[in-house]
Amino acid sequence: MNKAISVSKITKSFPGVLANSDINLEINEGTIHAIVGENGAGKSTLMKILYGMVKPDSGDIAIFDNKTVLNSPKDAIDSGLGMVHQHFMLADNLTVLESVILGIDKATFKNINLKRYTSEITEVINKYNLNIDLNKNIDELGVGEKQRVEILKVLFRGAKILILDEPTAVLVPQEVDELFNNLRDLKNNGVTIIFISHKLDEVLEIAEDISVMRGGIMVNTVSADGISKKDLAEMMIGKSLPKPPKRQSSISTSEILSIENLSAVNENGKKVFENISFKLNSSEILGIAGVEGNGQREIVEAIIGIHNYETGTIKLENNTIDDFSIRERLNLGISFIPEDRQAQALIMDMSLTNNVILGRQSLAKYKTKLTTVNLTNAAKASESVVENFDVKTPNTGTIATALSGGNQQKYVVGRELEDNPTLLIASQPTRGIDIGAQALIWEKLRNTRDEGLGVLLISADLEELIGLSDRIVVIYQGQFVAELQPEEITPEILGSYMTGLKK
Amino acid sequence: MKIRLRLVSFSAPIIALGLAVGLTSLILLGIGKDPIETFRMMFEYGSTGKSLVSVLNRTIPLYISAIAVAVGFKMGLFNIGVEGQYLLGALLAAAIGTSFAIYRPIHIFLIMLIAVVASSTWAAIAGYLKVYKGIHEVISTIMLNYIGTGLIAYLLSTVFFDEDEKNAIPQTVELPESGRLPSLNNVVGIEDLPNLHGFLPIALLLGLIYYLLIWKTTLGFDLRVTGANPVAAKFSGVDPKRLTIIAMIISGAFAGLVGMGPLLGYFHQYTIDFPPGLGFAGIGVALLGRNHPLGMLLGAMLFGFLERSAQILDLRGVPKEIETMMSAFILLIVVVFYEIIRRYIVTQQIKDASKKVESST
Repeated sequence: MNKAISVSKITKSFPGVLANSDINLEINEGTIHAIVGENGAGKSTLMKILYGMVKPDSGDIAIFDNKTVLNSPKDAIDSGLGMVHQHFMLADNLTVLESVILGIDKATFKNINLKRYTSEITEVINKYNLNIDLNKNIDELGVGEKQRVEILKVLFRGAKILILDEPTAVLVPQEVDELFNNLRDLKNNGVTIIFISHKLDEVLEIAEDISVMRGGIMVNTVSADGISKKDLAEMMIGKSLPKPPKRQSSISTSEILSIENLSAVNENGKKVFENISFKLNSSEILGIAGVEGNGQREIVEAIIGIHNYETGTIKLENNTIDDFSIRERLNLGISFIPEDRQAQALIMDMSLTNNVILGRQSLAKYKTKLTTVNLTNAAKASESVVENFDVKTPNTGTIATALSGGNQQKYVVGRELEDNPTLLIASQPTRGIDIGAQALIWEKLRNTRDEGLGVLLISADLEELIGLSDRIVVIYQGQFVAELQPEEITPEILGSYMTGLKK
Repeated sequence: MKIRLRLVSFSAPIIALGLAVGLTSLILLGIGKDPIETFRMMFEYGSTGKSLVSVLNRTIPLYISAIAVAVGFKMGLFNIGVEGQYLLGALLAAAIGTSFAIYRPIHIFLIMLIAVVASSTWAAIAGYLKVYKGIHEVISTIMLNYIGTGLIAYLLSTVFFDEDEKNAIPQTVELPESGRLPSLNNVVGIEDLPNLHGFLPIALLLGLIYYLLIWKTTLGFDLRVTGANPVAAKFSGVDPKRLTIIAMIISGAFAGLVGMGPLLGYFHQYTIDFPPGLGFAGIGVALLGRNHPLGMLLGAMLFGFLERSAQILDLRGVPKEIETMMSAFILLIVVVFYEIIRRYIVTQQIKDASKKVESST
């Protein structure tokens, strides 16, 4: 069988992170090939390399047996390779037709030949059974339709290989079925599809070959026939990788967070979560399980005060905090580990000592009487974080960029635990970091839980969620659909609740 | 940061100056002038005592203007409106300041206060428009510059027009003696030279205040954090709307003082000759000095020196516009080299950190 893509010995490192190490991969023409792995396994980096967005440090790429150097996405498109990003790159105020032809012509003063384009695009739509109305505006389309427009865009540009980055993350189950039908039609018409996902059920349903990545290396490529989900999961997570061992805690009866009937809509007026109520006691870790995009992020942001909510009440200990600003909430003892440390938790070109103050600017500890920054206390605090969390850094004057991902994350977690918070909201606390850092963060989270901290944990790592949580609630399409005891469930069971299969 | 890296970061402006001299020389050669002779003339003229006083007098408003711009830059705001802000502030201060006469320090303080209030109010309009109407501050401040200039022309020719004067030049009445800042010549012992504006120590004090405000206070911390990473800043409890308005007001307050050196020390009234362009020049100085109080001081002095020393050129048959080109070369080149050096320093720090990791594992 002909190879659509063959990749050999690709290596790419970012400051402090080896994102891809010696990757080999062959993809047969006219097949659906899945690439699975957890967040941070290196899938996205590999795809960005294939699509010309990132240049590898070393290694070769051949597309349809032609050795190719990809300097930009344009090179990739010219070689017949197109990518559909997880986040759509569409402008709301254009029609589908305009979106598809956007950027195809060189900018000249000539008229655009809309008639010709319309018939050519309609041909592509019919060939692959895509069911799209060219005259609709993008903002009239549902998520599934938008995705088809994205697929149409790359097909119309002559792509013979399609990379789909987590295409199902944004879809509801019926839309997933529809997408899979489209993908099969594409395949039958000779298109090669690379399907990136971490949802194993879907991968087993749609793909013929499956490549598993973990920690920047390519673990294995297997045929989807005769492999079980369990085998795949083991390859993905790695048998050597520790999952947090269960440890019982005695949850105290003092309530620290109480949320009642919280509902919110996003800027488009779409409901993001509805009638959310729960309580969290001190010395308790409450896990929220859910497929990304089901409202868990917005709930967390509502508690911090970043996301508005229309109805409902949030109480922290004895304070009703609905009217509190973000800063007032943080000052009451809420600590927050955001999901993206570099974009949300750190100032990358500031020193660790400056970063320790972030989020605590108005705490008395970091302020002198003249409202100047108390750098003495900040230096002490950052020294203590570095020591307690084993952050590997030359000193606390080093800028955050200079640290590896794991050390950055340890520093963020340490900072959030430094000033004895009442409530910790931990969003993906160990995403994309090395095993050692992960184990340390787990240990620290549990220790502080034992000392009385209440933790709200959000994680895409189901083992982490089950291992750490004292209680798990499942969110699906903006609503809590189940409350589970972690000792009674497995990732598979949790997964079926998360995808709405079980209620 | 290590001393070695600090030294490296100084090299950018020096390299830029060197390359700018080189490029300017090429242009001089192209128009048939001797570059060495030109620079020698400039240096000789620029370093006379009379010129040095003039350089310092030019430095004062340029420096304050750079500070005003830098306050915005530190939080990622582009206050292009320092120009309109300082002119409007100076006009109102001159016009109102002439209407009373009291004890000199109080009089001078009140004049400065009027300028500060006027300019920061003008700047706050741009802040308000950004926060509540979503209008980018670059657009609004540019528009406010036009409106300000028009407003000044109107006020100067109607409300503040001194009809008793027969010369009919639009200008405000001269400040009374108590509203004038004495020169520093007696203090530094240069009685034989032109007046050194008394605003110099205040300008230096403003540099210190700027430094303390940005690098030492928690407000300054919020500003810097927002400039470096607005998302993380918001997550850390910074209210970006409130901070934007505060930053515009502070920037405008500094802008208000830009015109005070010339007004209190030399012009003593607002006339149509009152020096324009200082607000725009301040943007360049802030860039050259990397928003640092000392860097901007050196930058303002450099530009002041170039401007003054170029005045000899026309008399000697060299077009003095060569100086404007040279300043522009310096700015263009320095921006490039600052970025190169910033990347170098980050790489060095990453190397240091990974060495540390290797040695400890």
